[in-house]
Amino acid sequence: MSAAEEVVAEGHEAVEAVPKRAMTLGTGTSLVVLAALLIAPVFVKNFIIFQMTMLLIYGLAVLALNILTGGSGQFSLGQSAFYAVGAYTTAVLMEHFNINYALTLPIAGVICFGFGYLFGKPALRLSGVYLALATFALATAMPQLLKLNFLEHWTGGVQGLVVTKPDAPFGLPMSQDMWLYYFTLVVTLAIYIFSVNLLRSRSGRAFMAIRDNEIAASAMGVDVALYKTLAFGVSAAITGIAGSLGAIAVQFVAPDSYTITLAISLFLGMVVGGVGWLPGSIVGAAFIIFVPNIAEGISKGLSGAVFGVLLFLVIYLVPHGARQAAILGHQLAGKLRKN
Amino acid sequence: MELFTNQVLAGIATGAIYACMALAVVMIYQAIDHLNFAQGEMAMFSTFISWQLMQWGLSYWAAFLITLAFSFVAGIAIERILFKPLAKAPVLTNVAGFIALFAIVNSSAGLIWDFTIKQYPTPFGSSPFLGSQLISTHQAGMIGVTVLLLVALYFFFQYTRIGLAMRAAASLPESARLVGINTSWMIALGWGMATAIGAIAGMLIAPVVFLEPNMMGGVLIYGFAAAVLGGLTSPFGAVVGGFLVGVFENLAGTYIPGVGNELKLPIALALIISVLVVKPAGLFGRQIVKRV
Repeated sequence: MSAAEEVVAEGHEAVEAVPKRAMTLGTGTSLVVLAALLIAPVFVKNFIIFQMTMLLIYGLAVLALNILTGGSGQFSLGQSAFYAVGAYTTAVLMEHFNINYALTLPIAGVICFGFGYLFGKPALRLSGVYLALATFALATAMPQLLKLNFLEHWTGGVQGLVVTKPDAPFGLPMSQDMWLYYFTLVVTLAIYIFSVNLLRSRSGRAFMAIRDNEIAASAMGVDVALYKTLAFGVSAAITGIAGSLGAIAVQFVAPDSYTITLAISLFLGMVVGGVGWLPGSIVGAAFIIFVPNIAEGISKGLSGAVFGVLLFLVIYLVPHGARQAAILGHQLAGKLRKN
Repeated sequence: MELFTNQVLAGIATGAIYACMALAVVMIYQAIDHLNFAQGEMAMFSTFISWQLMQWGLSYWAAFLITLAFSFVAGIAIERILFKPLAKAPVLTNVAGFIALFAIVNSSAGLIWDFTIKQYPTPFGSSPFLGSQLISTHQAGMIGVTVLLLVALYFFFQYTRIGLAMRAAASLPESARLVGINTSWMIALGWGMATAIGAIAGMLIAPVVFLEPNMMGGVLIYGFAAAVLGGLTSPFGAVVGGFLVGVFENLAGTYIPGVGNELKLPIALALIISVLVVKPAGLFGRQIVKRV
């Protein structure tokens, strides 16, 4: 086998370019969605509140992946690893060190940022399918690493750790679930606003320049290595915070909750929500939480197949995910208004 | 020293499994430039079909041949129906498609044949090979089949018209079209061949890991590791990579303290990442330079 070098014309890009403006919702729509999210829990049962909390948490995790893939054009099938690190950080800090749950979030964020940044370093050399493979490896290895013997004192090994659910503070008349929902909502909003601004900033433009054409970006003076690792770090930090919230909401962490299945779910959530469209993250999260249930409702034994078929339908009919649906809806509304 | 030799032998025996799978992975990567995450599940499904045929009373070799033909046609059909429309879509969409295919195949196999573990026969017998306790005749047969397959593929790609056309379509599609090669059908052919090779891998692996819908999970990851180590563009590299991964895994388990069975998987994955970082083209792969 010769090591002959071969020149290949550049194929289609990894990720479709999304213009910066198309990445967010208008002010009016945002306010309506926010109002709905604020009021809804008052009218529903605790279990539904819990599901809505999980929706926000997965939404955050999908958002994180969206910044990485939709923003900087890098793949990751390994988000579950960052999610796990965040969850375990919170669980260990709360149960072994009695630290307040709210304080564990920033700590988890910082630790995951470091982890993501370090993982981004070697991943710098990889792109496209190779990066997908390397992160896939990370996600598969994570549960095994969490089960390691010498960590067992802290992580509880295969058994995992039980996390205490916090009460509402200041004697507020709320159930634990409702308090946690509002707490999650505030964190989610803060991170959403941060992400929108991040993508509009100089760094965000650098991400997108790298996504669209790495060589051109570096020729324009963008420090490609720095921004690619930075995107990994930010994405990991947000995923870690989502993981922390997830640990508090589920009240339990165990290695087998954070397998490759979770990473794949988050990836699918991003595809369904629309790559690079941040509000789509919530739609994607809804897909990965509710569609498996619906699929199970249609046919118990075939739930996986139904899920796969639905996914194929999404890929064929709305390849840009929820973003495309939103644009269609917008145009339709415009037409109706004219009539 | 004896421990070392034994572990190397045992490693080669398991490596044969990975080599088979890696060969299928490389075949499809050559044809479509993507890693097929559903490859393992497709191989599992083919294996179930051959099992079903044998349950109906066919002999091993009849079932083997029918399964090969079926897998070949099914691979082409999947490409034509599901993935041809995605040919121009971004990589991301394709990965999502593979995951969807994975879910569909895995779940239908579970529905048709349920999730209980089944015995799968071997044509080679399972007595010790040449008096060695470490390699059974089945494993020796597996190594033999893998090598045979590799040689056959080499001759196919090197000395047949259609093999040449497939290579041309993979390396320079535009130019290949200009000289009259139907590149779209070459891709379909690549899918068919990869699926058939996957079926062979599945039927060889099944006696070792037993037949069940999730049998390929771990094997596929090792197959990826092997393909990456050998170079994703080289079938020969994939087979060598498979044996190396098998040997490496066994030696690491024996000699590095703290690496028991539970850490073997992370070791394979660490291997993937370090190869990708140090030598992304793998041991035998081509350096690919992109035109700006």
